[in-house]
Amino acid sequence: MQDVTTGNKEFKPNIVAFCCNWCSYAGADLAGSSRLTYPANVKIIRVPCSCRVNPMFVLKAFQQGADGVILCGCHPGDCHYVTGNYYTRRRMALLFSFLNYMGIEKERTRVEWVSAAEGAKFSAVMNDFVKTVTELGENKRLTDLRVKEGK
Amino acid sequence: MRDVEQKMIERAAALLQNGEVARVVGWKKGEFYFDPAPAVFETVDELKDFVYNGFCGANLSKYLIKVSKNEGKTAIFMKPCDSYSFNQLVKEHRVDREKIYVIAVECQGKLDIEKIKANGVTAVTNVEENGDKVTVSSLYGETVLDKADVMLGKCLTCKGKTHQAKDEDIILHEMPAPANNRFDEVAKLEAMTEDERFAFWKEQLQKCIRCNACRNVCPACSCLKCVFDNPSSGVAAKANDDRFEEQLFHVIRAFHVSGRCTDCGECSRVCPQNIPLHLLNRKFIKDIDGFYGEYQAGETAEGKTPLTSYKEEDLEVSDVFKGEGK
Repeated sequence: MQDVTTGNKEFKPNIVAFCCNWCSYAGADLAGSSRLTYPANVKIIRVPCSCRVNPMFVLKAFQQGADGVILCGCHPGDCHYVTGNYYTRRRMALLFSFLNYMGIEKERTRVEWVSAAEGAKFSAVMNDFVKTVTELGENKRLTDLRVKEGK
Repeated sequence: MRDVEQKMIERAAALLQNGEVARVVGWKKGEFYFDPAPAVFETVDELKDFVYNGFCGANLSKYLIKVSKNEGKTAIFMKPCDSYSFNQLVKEHRVDREKIYVIAVECQGKLDIEKIKANGVTAVTNVEENGDKVTVSSLYGETVLDKADVMLGKCLTCKGKTHQAKDEDIILHEMPAPANNRFDEVAKLEAMTEDERFAFWKEQLQKCIRCNACRNVCPACSCLKCVFDNPSSGVAAKANDDRFEEQLFHVIRAFHVSGRCTDCGECSRVCPQNIPLHLLNRKFIKDIDGFYGEYQAGETAEGKTPLTSYKEEDLEVSDVFKGEGK
C-alpha cells in the first residue's frame, strides 16, 4: 500500500482487527485517550462478541487484500455473553492451524485477549502485529490458491 | 461375495414381502459389471437388478434424507464406514432413526476401477476376491492383481470394521483388520515447509473444475440451503460466479464440515480430477483429536460436536503452533 500523502512506497500492510464491543473495542478507546499510538493501517471492525466472527469473515478479509487478520476479545471467563469467546478460541485454533496447513504463514493470523482496561496492551499488540506482518510482506497466497500457473 | 449378495437379496425380498418396510436402499446393476449405482427398490420384482460386489463403494446414507420422508419404513444396507455417516445424520435430525431399518453388511474393502484400468486391464466382466489377491476377468482373459493395489483410496485407510448402527447383520466372512493409518498422509504434509505445502495445495486445487460433486456426495453437506448454490441462476445447484467462493471453495467447505465429517472418503472417491480432498477434512479431524481429545464423528448419534462445545482449559490459539518446531 502506497502512502498517498508522502508518496512513500515503503510496504504498509493492510491489517483487519475484529474487536469485541465490550472489551477490546473499549481497550482501543482507552489506548487513544491515554495518548498511546498504534499504526494507522490497522482497520478495526467492531463486532458484538468475538464469536460473532464467522471464519468466513477472516477468509473474506484475506481475499479482499488484507495482509493480516487479528481477533481481539474479552479474556476467557470475562465474556459479556458468558461463553462466546470459548467458542471463538476453538474455531480460530482450528481455522488458523488449517490455513497454515494450506501454506498460509502462521504469523498472519492471531487472536489476543484484550480487556477494556488494557489500552497499553492493545497498543503493544497492534504495533507488534503490524511489525510482524510488515516483515512478511504482501499476502498473495489466499487469492492465489486456485490460480492456474502462467495466468 | 456372491453368498453375501444372495443373502442380502433374500432378506430384502422377505422384508418387502411381509410389509415390514416399504422400500430398500441398495445397489443396482449398472451398464457394466464395475458401475453399480445406488438405488431404491420398492417391489420384490425390482430386486432382480440388485447387486453387491467389490464396486459398491458408494455410501448410501445420504439418500435416506430424501427417501425416509416418504411413508413407511426404509431398509438400508450399510457397510461399517457408512454407519458413521448415518449416525451423524440422525444426530443432526436429518433422518428419523425410527423410520429406518439398518442391515449391516460385511465389507472386505472396495475396489477402484480406475486403478484396475491403470494396471492395463480393460473391459472388466467379473472380479473374484480371494484374500490379498483379486482375479479380474475381462473380455481379453484373466489377470491376477494384488488387492492392495486396486482398492479405493478410502479403503486403504480404513478406520474400522464395526458397524456403529444396526438392526440386524449379514456378515458371513471375517472382515480384515482396519488399517489405522489415516493420519500418515496429513503428518507427511505437516512436516513440509509452508512454501512446499502451498505449492502442493495450489497444484492440487487448481485442477478443480467446480463440478460440486464433492459437496453433492458428502453426507455432512446436508443443508437445505447451501452457501454454494446460486438461487437466482434458475439452474438447480448452479455454482455462484463469485471470486471469493471460487478461490476459497475448498477451505470454506472443509470448515463447514469440520467436527461433523466422519472421514467416509466419498469426496475423494467422486472427484473427477483426483484431488485428495479427504486430506483437508482429515487435518481438522487430526487437530480436533490433538487439541481437544479423541473424537470420531458418527460414533454415536448423541452428544455435542467439538465445535459446539468447549472447556475452560482449552488450548489457547497462540499455543497452536508451539512445540511443533515450525
